[in-house]
Amino acid sequence: MRKLRLASYWASACGGCDVAILDTNEHILDIAAVADIVFWPVAVDFKYSDVEAYDDRSIDVCLFHGAVRNSENEHLARLLRQKSEVLVAFGSCAVSGGIPALANFKRREDILNRVYRESPSTENPESVLPQPHFTAGDITLDLPDFYRRVYALDDIVPVDYYLPGCPPTPERIWEVFEVIVSGQLPPAGSTVGVADHSLCHECSRVKKEKKVKTFYRPHEIIPDRENCLLEQGLICLGPVTRGGCGARCIAANMACRGCYGPMPGIIDQGAKFISTLGSIIDEDRVEDAGAVIDRIVDPAGTFFRFSMAKSLLKGARQP
Amino acid sequence: MDVFEPKIIGFLCNWCSYAGADLAGVSRLQYPPNFRAIRLMCTGRIDPTFVFKALAEGADGVLIAGCHPGDCHYTEGNLNAARRYHLMMKVLEDFGVERGRVRLEWISAAEGPLFAKVIRDFTEIVRALGPFNQAAESGAGDTVCAS
Repeated sequence: MRKLRLASYWASACGGCDVAILDTNEHILDIAAVADIVFWPVAVDFKYSDVEAYDDRSIDVCLFHGAVRNSENEHLARLLRQKSEVLVAFGSCAVSGGIPALANFKRREDILNRVYRESPSTENPESVLPQPHFTAGDITLDLPDFYRRVYALDDIVPVDYYLPGCPPTPERIWEVFEVIVSGQLPPAGSTVGVADHSLCHECSRVKKEKKVKTFYRPHEIIPDRENCLLEQGLICLGPVTRGGCGARCIAANMACRGCYGPMPGIIDQGAKFISTLGSIIDEDRVEDAGAVIDRIVDPAGTFFRFSMAKSLLKGARQP
Repeated sequence: MDVFEPKIIGFLCNWCSYAGADLAGVSRLQYPPNFRAIRLMCTGRIDPTFVFKALAEGADGVLIAGCHPGDCHYTEGNLNAARRYHLMMKVLEDFGVERGRVRLEWISAAEGPLFAKVIRDFTEIVRALGPFNQAAESGAGDTVCAS
């Protein structure tokens, strides 16, 4: 059998998805047995020019991690789409913007100012900002354009499969590899490596009536290991989040952060969670409920932590 | 220059505020035509997704109107709506949505004049805020939008 040609690329990503692939442990050798890696910047020394020289659609499967934040990310998204038979949005950032897309709450100018001028550890007396083009003598240097907002991969190019997670768990990654090798591909556009039920369905904790009087941040309490974390006042996105991860965070006594994305049928994970949380606050007087709500720190960033680029509003309105 | 005519979507509960709107109509009370009513059985049915979707798809303002606290046909659906509204407004603030664009009102079936007044006031507030126009502005200038 011909070996698969496999590519893996990181755009606006942390590298955790690449580590997750390595976390398939000894299976990585099985992957190497059936696939040739033709592009994987974090592990193998190929250049962009090598990819440009490949025939169109000559890469069998490309795992694309990371959101699209700048013109380099967009260039590689388009290039890898052109060179790949199957393009997989791998990890929450590629699927729905992930953590990088939280920057959509801010304007580009505010981000650059904060990072290059205002942050306490920055010393920039001449107030220099990075420029896309810089000329010194007869040399011109180019940097990618920093876009006004962060996009998911399928905002830029058509995507064949979605594998959410921050990062996807090694078990799910291996299952997806097995499917790819078998050639029994699911219908294009499918979300793979997930369950169709909510995280709560696979969470083994005891669930009773949800009535909460106070919400806590994770460092403020040590929750017990028996009962529902949401009922203990921790903001757990389980009710609106797709299962499939095996509830690993829950097993570590951490509330769900929502990285597997919205349950099927939910249009906007963050908006839906407002609905969930609003209805379990155990205060009937509007003012008392308001006091409970006002103690929640950064609700927008918490509810839209991984889904911003694919949310209905996609980011803060730019004045 | 033409006066900006905002689009306002209203989610009205069947038992109080929709009846209040009906009363305003049969009483021939005047209010601006910028308002589009959507009837639900209860404000407790309102998923914040409805409001986000309305704003994302062209509404400049959203009104949620239901029974006064204590009067809910389903006992406490309107209290759920009030809690969700409070939390949603905190979230919408971070999305750059001005407080005046999304409004919660309690309007009973007997309060036709109040309904007309709320629509008149709200229309002028949203008119002053200007178009919401989320989609056109958020990615302007990026090459991905040009291609």
